[in-house]
Amino acid sequence: MIRSIRTLKGGRLRRAAAIAAILPLALAACSSGGAGDEDDNGDGGGEGTSEAGDPDGDLTIAMVTHEAPGDAFWDRIRAGAEAAAEDLGVTLRYSNNREAPEMATLIDNAVDSNVDALAVTLAYPDAVSGAVTRAIDEGIPTVAFNSGDDVWQDMGLEMYFGSSETVAGEAVGDRLNELGAENVVCLIQESGAVQLEARCDGAESTFNGDFEVLYAEGTDLPGLEASLTSKLQSDPSIDYVVTLGAPFAVAAMDSLENADTGANLVTFDLNEEVAKAVQDGEIEFTVDQQPYVQGYLSVLMLYLNVTNGNDLGGGEQVLTGPSFVDSENIDDVIEYTSEGTR
Amino acid sequence: MSETEVGRSPDPAGSEKKKSGNLGLRVFLARPELGSFLAATALLVIFLIIAPTMRSAKSLSTVLYDSSTIGIMAIAVCLLMIGGEFDLSAGVAVVTSALTVSMISYQLNLHLFVGALLAMGVSLAIGLFNGWLFVKTKIHSFLVTLSMFFMLRGANLGITKAVTGEVATKNISEMGGFDTLRAIFASNFHIFGFNIRITVVWWIVLTVLAMWLLERTKVGNWIFAAGGDADSARAVGVPVDKVKIGLFMGVGLLAWFYGMHRVTAYTSVQAGEGFGNELIYIAAAVVGGTLLTGGFGSPIGAMIGAFIFGVARQGIVYAGLDPNWYYFFLGFMLLLATIFNLYVRRFATQRKVS
Repeated sequence: MIRSIRTLKGGRLRRAAAIAAILPLALAACSSGGAGDEDDNGDGGGEGTSEAGDPDGDLTIAMVTHEAPGDAFWDRIRAGAEAAAEDLGVTLRYSNNREAPEMATLIDNAVDSNVDALAVTLAYPDAVSGAVTRAIDEGIPTVAFNSGDDVWQDMGLEMYFGSSETVAGEAVGDRLNELGAENVVCLIQESGAVQLEARCDGAESTFNGDFEVLYAEGTDLPGLEASLTSKLQSDPSIDYVVTLGAPFAVAAMDSLENADTGANLVTFDLNEEVAKAVQDGEIEFTVDQQPYVQGYLSVLMLYLNVTNGNDLGGGEQVLTGPSFVDSENIDDVIEYTSEGTR
Repeated sequence: MSETEVGRSPDPAGSEKKKSGNLGLRVFLARPELGSFLAATALLVIFLIIAPTMRSAKSLSTVLYDSSTIGIMAIAVCLLMIGGEFDLSAGVAVVTSALTVSMISYQLNLHLFVGALLAMGVSLAIGLFNGWLFVKTKIHSFLVTLSMFFMLRGANLGITKAVTGEVATKNISEMGGFDTLRAIFASNFHIFGFNIRITVVWWIVLTVLAMWLLERTKVGNWIFAAGGDADSARAVGVPVDKVKIGLFMGVGLLAWFYGMHRVTAYTSVQAGEGFGNELIYIAAAVVGGTLLTGGFGSPIGAMIGAFIFGVARQGIVYAGLDPNWYYFFLGFMLLLATIFNLYVRRFATQRKVS
């Protein structure tokens, strides 16, 4: 096979090769244009021109997370970080990968680039500890946020901004007891996610009644809605459903309606629709860990650390949650949810 | 695909000697790697221009490392595709292997060497099963391995949760044999300011081995023949079934190899990982000139394809661009490669008709 191709005439092949060589150029122009808009949110520096390592000039702060692309929760973390970068006049370099080894490589990437400061999530502590240690050894001020409340101190980090998933879960269990719940389903939208398991485990540990975990694919909302509907239909005694993210609460509302077994809904996280549902009484309460604050504080404290030597928390974690939102305080919160900041 | 063409392929090193000097340029132009080589060069230059922070030995080391993590699996996937088949379970099979090493060793308190050997057995068995099922049932390999993909994805989570009570494995860095395995699969060394991870060396070594197998041995001719036209190949005595089973097992073997890297470099394994990577391996092979229809391709092309994705994935971050664009890039490179390969194949067909 291969040999017959080796004896071809070269003309058209050469032209095809030329196309192959030129098109990436067009692509690069395209992609830098797109992300250039993004940069405007962060700072006026523009990509690739920031003087990393120069504390008097333009600071570059890298943020590396385990975000699975396109999640509303992470959009709020990023919105907070970008707002802080804009307020403070620093360049924010955001990157993410949901897989642990790839995320560790992105931290290496930030260290290679001599960023002035680094904020990381520690959802995969064993996998990223090597890269984080390297960042600390290189003298890059580093903070953890969002996940890793039990490991950040061991890694030699000085600050942590987030909420303990277990504590938040336990608080939900307590609230469910107060509400008189007897049979609860906790819906995990991503199998294999440690932080989600911790929420359900926490709720189970303080809840007195029957408790069951249901897994579904969060990337397939219609499928998730159907799974929960079947679950509710198969066991009408379920009186409370706990969802672990705002989009899944919205899907679960359809399930409750379709199954029509009189079950109630509580959830983690906020978005505009969830806030509206809390206001309308369709969702009893939501547990917010204030992702916007996590993103904003990480950038702000790194800035203060680099420019003024500050730290926050006195060596302990700085909790951004759990912050409960229910019918009593929803009116104070709802306007910010539509702006994508709460 | 005429029978004479296929009939000639299994003949070991037959037509290789007929190449004469003035054919050199044409031979170069017809290499499956050419398009990807030009694209890789252009891409690297572009990123070096727009990303000043990428212009350092340590940054390029990170790019090479990231490429190698795609490239090792891309070699086996490329060989399998030249042999005419797909393996959609290749991404999760890596994690299956890493989980197996970790859990068998930790839970049974075995030396990690034993765990590693058992995991190799499991990985080869998965490949054998894929191949055997394909050969026996004649179901398209796309479907056979898609089933395997789902089964492994579920088993990874289900078994890990059942065994460890969590969805990630325990840290194995204190166990017997860890340091030796880490030296083999996840060490690094410094040369000319470059921080070279050992996976980069393995990536190159394995690519050279695959090239040798494909272009210098009888088995290599069998692979081309089995992928080009299985029936004709069978007619001239190529053991097509064995070749294909062997290729599936090759994917299993390298899944084990890369799984060993993941578990020794990152000490614990998340059970839900790996899915989606199978398409990146396939894309790396295709960008490198391997035809989806089989019978044509090159491990060096797959190596360049993996390098392209490594450059794009890290370069976007070095340049401070939004990393979401990586997927746009991946799609675009794939499209380009497919168009280029279409030209190549059209020429090949014309040649045979005339």
